[in-house]
Parts: sequence; structure tokens; C-alpha cells
Amino acid sequence: MNVDAVMDYDEVMAAYEPVIGLEVHVELNTASKMFCSCSTSFGAEPNSQTCPVCLGLPGALPVVNAAAVASAIRIGLALNCSIATWCRFARKNYFYPDMTKNFQTSQYDEPICFDGHVEVELDDMVFTVPIERAHMEEDAGKSLHVGGATGRIQGADHSLLDYNRAGVPLIEIVTKPVTGCGAKAPEIARAYVGFLRDMMRALGVSDVRMEQGSLRCDANVSLRPHGVTTLGTRTETKNVNSLRSVERALRYEICRQGAILASGGKVKQETRHWHEDGEYTSAGRSKEQAEDYRYFPEPDLVPVAPSPEWVAELATTIPPSPTARRAQLRQQWGFSAAEMRDVVAGEALDLIEATVEVGCDPQAARKWWMTELTRRANALGVSLDQVGVTPAQVGEVQALIDEGVINDKVARHVLGLVQAGDGSPRRIVADHGLAVVNDQSQLQAAVDQALAENPDVAESVRAGKVQAAGVLIGAVMRQMKGQVDAQTVRRLIEATLTD
Amino acid sequence: MALTNADVARLADLARIEVTNDELTVLAGQLDVILDAVAAVSQVASADVAPTSHALALTNVFRDDVVEPSLTPREALAMAPAVEDERFRVPRILEEEA
Repeated sequence: MNVDAVMDYDEVMAAYEPVIGLEVHVELNTASKMFCSCSTSFGAEPNSQTCPVCLGLPGALPVVNAAAVASAIRIGLALNCSIATWCRFARKNYFYPDMTKNFQTSQYDEPICFDGHVEVELDDMVFTVPIERAHMEEDAGKSLHVGGATGRIQGADHSLLDYNRAGVPLIEIVTKPVTGCGAKAPEIARAYVGFLRDMMRALGVSDVRMEQGSLRCDANVSLRPHGVTTLGTRTETKNVNSLRSVERALRYEICRQGAILASGGKVKQETRHWHEDGEYTSAGRSKEQAEDYRYFPEPDLVPVAPSPEWVAELATTIPPSPTARRAQLRQQWGFSAAEMRDVVAGEALDLIEATVEVGCDPQAARKWWMTELTRRANALGVSLDQVGVTPAQVGEVQALIDEGVINDKVARHVLGLVQAGDGSPRRIVADHGLAVVNDQSQLQAAVDQALAENPDVAESVRAGKVQAAGVLIGAVMRQMKGQVDAQTVRRLIEATLTD
Repeated sequence: MALTNADVARLADLARIEVTNDELTVLAGQLDVILDAVAAVSQVASADVAPTSHALALTNVFRDDVVEPSLTPREALAMAPAVEDERFRVPRILEEEA
């Protein structure tokens, strides 16, 4: 339950400037772990992916995964960082059962990537977020807390550990303090994390599923009175596990800190925990002494010294940034700014791109994903990429329309059947007899019948009242059970009447 | 170097080792001797000798990203002092909050 006073956001902004900082952990999608050959696959049987190295057994020696180093360098290059010519791993010592070694192998004062920046877009404006560093480390095991309320560590009787995740490669990306955001700070933070997610996906280095923990975010914020250049005392909020939460947690912390400062109090430097349900933060366990991890260089690993040739080679594999890619695709596809914004917000960009790649017209691809398939995904409560229809299938449906085999109405029906697992669109059209009737005699008979049944309408169309033809088209469409193109019917009616 | 008892108490706390006051005094003296011995190295190191953290002058010792068989859960858990639900069971992590 929330016990802290909060101040109105706009009032805080009138008196203070927020300064934010973000630490994002990205779990790499390498096949094996950072320092041993155990699998990294998600959701395996507990403790089925461990070995003497990741269990920290005496005498076991780690060996660095080359693919993880390559991914780290590619991430650094994508974030416009300098790449260290020589760097080491370090031991971060702490006692906690999620690491059997009693230390985490990480990097300390020699990160592999440092001094970068990224440009993120928000409301047609571009903000530069400065990057302090991106370093390599390993993930910890997963704890289950037993005997307390709702699985929390507080009040738990004991805990259960699964070490499958221990040793999975992680990249920690840390920003410098981000100043000058003003009231948009929480939104910029969200846009930045979204940028990282899209960039990691484009690089292909991580699954970046926030709900599965393969992208995790700690959000720092402090306030300082306008005009003051020194930084205020910051708090670090953990458990921020969705883009929406990044924005909300920061907004909440700003309002909480504002209330403290406005009443003459001092913000305590501490770790806070975000509560998704109640939308507030609470203080973490208070520590009597400052953290002291006694970092020292890892004696079991030799330094990493990427050659300029290797870095140059990796540099050729960096895709355009999400910001640049969107601009490029928007131009290529001829979308309006509003259409592109909706597509990005609707998580349809990759799907549309894949659909266009199989030969579909971009506007048609946008239409299917943003209307019919978004509606179906919403009805199922799943994300668009889980709707059960692939970009190739959407492309095939549109091809059937372009070939005149089906019309829009039938296409929607076909998509429903594809979703239900009836097979490919072409096969469904064949199996269910959905092809538009091209049999002229059958169609001509339907037109003749419609004209005979509606002599008045036929007369007024003949007299030049073209819009009246709608009634006739409707009658023919009904007769043909919709399996005919409306334009074809219109032409045939006109042709028949002017004969 | 002259480590104080407070320095040693802090180290003991970080290392989760219980130490009595008498032991603190003894250990402070012993650790001093060790630190002095290590510090003696800096007297022979000249400016042209780069600091090193490893005995071997190697870099970039990597392995390919290939999965090899892990221990079975049974093998892994055979070493656990306590097991529950195929997981390592550990005592309460946080003391009760005041």
C-alpha cells in the first residue's frame, strides 16, 4: 500500500528539473552461457542446464563465449560507443544465493563499450541520450520465495533456487545523467527503452522480451531546482518490467520526491521497488552501510582485446537505428507521419515489412495488419505477432485479391479460417469454394434477375441516376453470396442497361 | 600499513565471518604483515613494468558458442544440502523486518 505523499506533477515541474538515468540489462540470445557450454534456453526443467562452472564448484574454470563478446561489441557500435582495445572482467563480490560463487563475473572500471549516445524520437522531436557504458556480465539464478505473502522475499520462510539462468550472458547498458528533458523526462525514458528494445531486435542479439526478463530496466531519477547545475539525490527504482511502467514509475518518483523537497525534507538515496498493481514505489531494504562489492580483476580470465579488424568487420553488420529505419521505411512505403506512428505504436512495423517483402503493396499490408488482424488480436488478447496469421499468409490473401480471385469481404473470411488453422489462403479458397465467380453466364443471369425484380430502379439508372445502381449491385451480390467483385457487377449492370 | 580493528571488523562483516574482539587484534597484526609483504613488490617494480592481473600474457581466450551436455538435475542437486521441488533449498534470505 502506498504511504508516501505525492505532489501534483505540473507543480513539481514548475519548481524542479528532473534528471533521469537508466540501467538496462539485456539478456543475449547466444546458444550457450557466458563462461560455460550449458544451454541458455528459457523454460527448461529446473537445474537441468548447469555444470561445475555455473554452479561455482571449486576448481572449475570459466572460458569466454566468443559470440557473446561479438554481440557486446555490436551493441556498443549500435549505441555509438567507443570499443575498448583492452579490457578485463572483474569479480563483484556479494553474498546472495542466486550466485553460488558468491561473486558475479562482471566488468568494473574497464567496460568493453563506453562513451556513446543514441537519438530517440518522441512526438516528432529527437532527443539525444548519452551512454556512459555497456559492459559484459552474467545473469544470476532464479529464486522462488516460499512461505511469505505472494512469493515475496519479505517474510519468506525459505527460498528455492534454479540455476539454469545463472551464467546467461548479460549486457548492462548505462546512460549518463540525462538532463534537459523537462516534463517529458518519463516519456523520453520510455522512448529510450523502446529504442533499445527495437535496436537489440534489429541486431538480433536478444529476444528482448520484457515479460520474460530478457530486457530489464532500473530507472533512476533526481530533482534539482531550476537553474541549479549540481545533481540532486537520486533514487533507483527496480522491477520496472514494461515500457509503460518505465514512464509511470518515473512519474510517480518525481511526484514523491517533489513532495519531500517542497516540504523542506531531503530525498534519501535508496533503492525503491515499483508496484505494478498499485502504481507506486516503496523503499527497499535499508542498508546500514553503503554497498561494497570489493571489485577486483577476475584472475581466472585473461583480458579481452578486440582487434581493430574484428571491430571493423562487426561494424559492417550494424543495421540502421530504429529511428533511421522508420524514416526510411516511411518514405519507401509512402505512409503519412500519423500512419507510421500508429503502425509503430501498434507493433505492426516488422509484420508489415515482412508482408511487403513477399510482394504485398505496403498500404494493403498496413490495412490488413492495422484493421482486421489488430481486431482479431485484440479479441484474443494477444500481441499482433501471436495472432496466428503470418506475413506470408497476409501477402497471399492480398495476392488473391489482386488476381481477382476473391474480394475484400471474402478475404476477411479467409483470414479467419487461416487463423483457425485451416491451411494456406489458396488452399482455403479452393477447399471452401470461395473463389469469386467468373462464370459470365451465371453472373449475367443474376444481373438479369436483379433488373427484372427492380424495374423502377433499372429505369432510373438507365435515365442517368447512376447512384441508384447500388440497389442492383446489392441484389446481385446477395444472389452470388458475395463471391463476386462489386466493380465487375457494376460494369456488367451498366453494360446490360446500355445494350 | 597499520590496519585498525575497525577495518578488520568491516572486512569480516563483508565476508560474513564472525570474529571476536580478541581475534580482531590478532588478525589486524597478521594482515598488516601480509600487506607489507605484498607492498614490498612495489619497491622492485619500476615505471617500465606494467601492472598485471594475470600470470599469462594472453588475451582473447574464447570458446565457440556451442552447447554441450550439462549435468543432469539429479547430479546437480546431489550436492545440495537440501532440495525441494527440483531446486536448491536455502534458508531464509532476509531477516524479519523490524
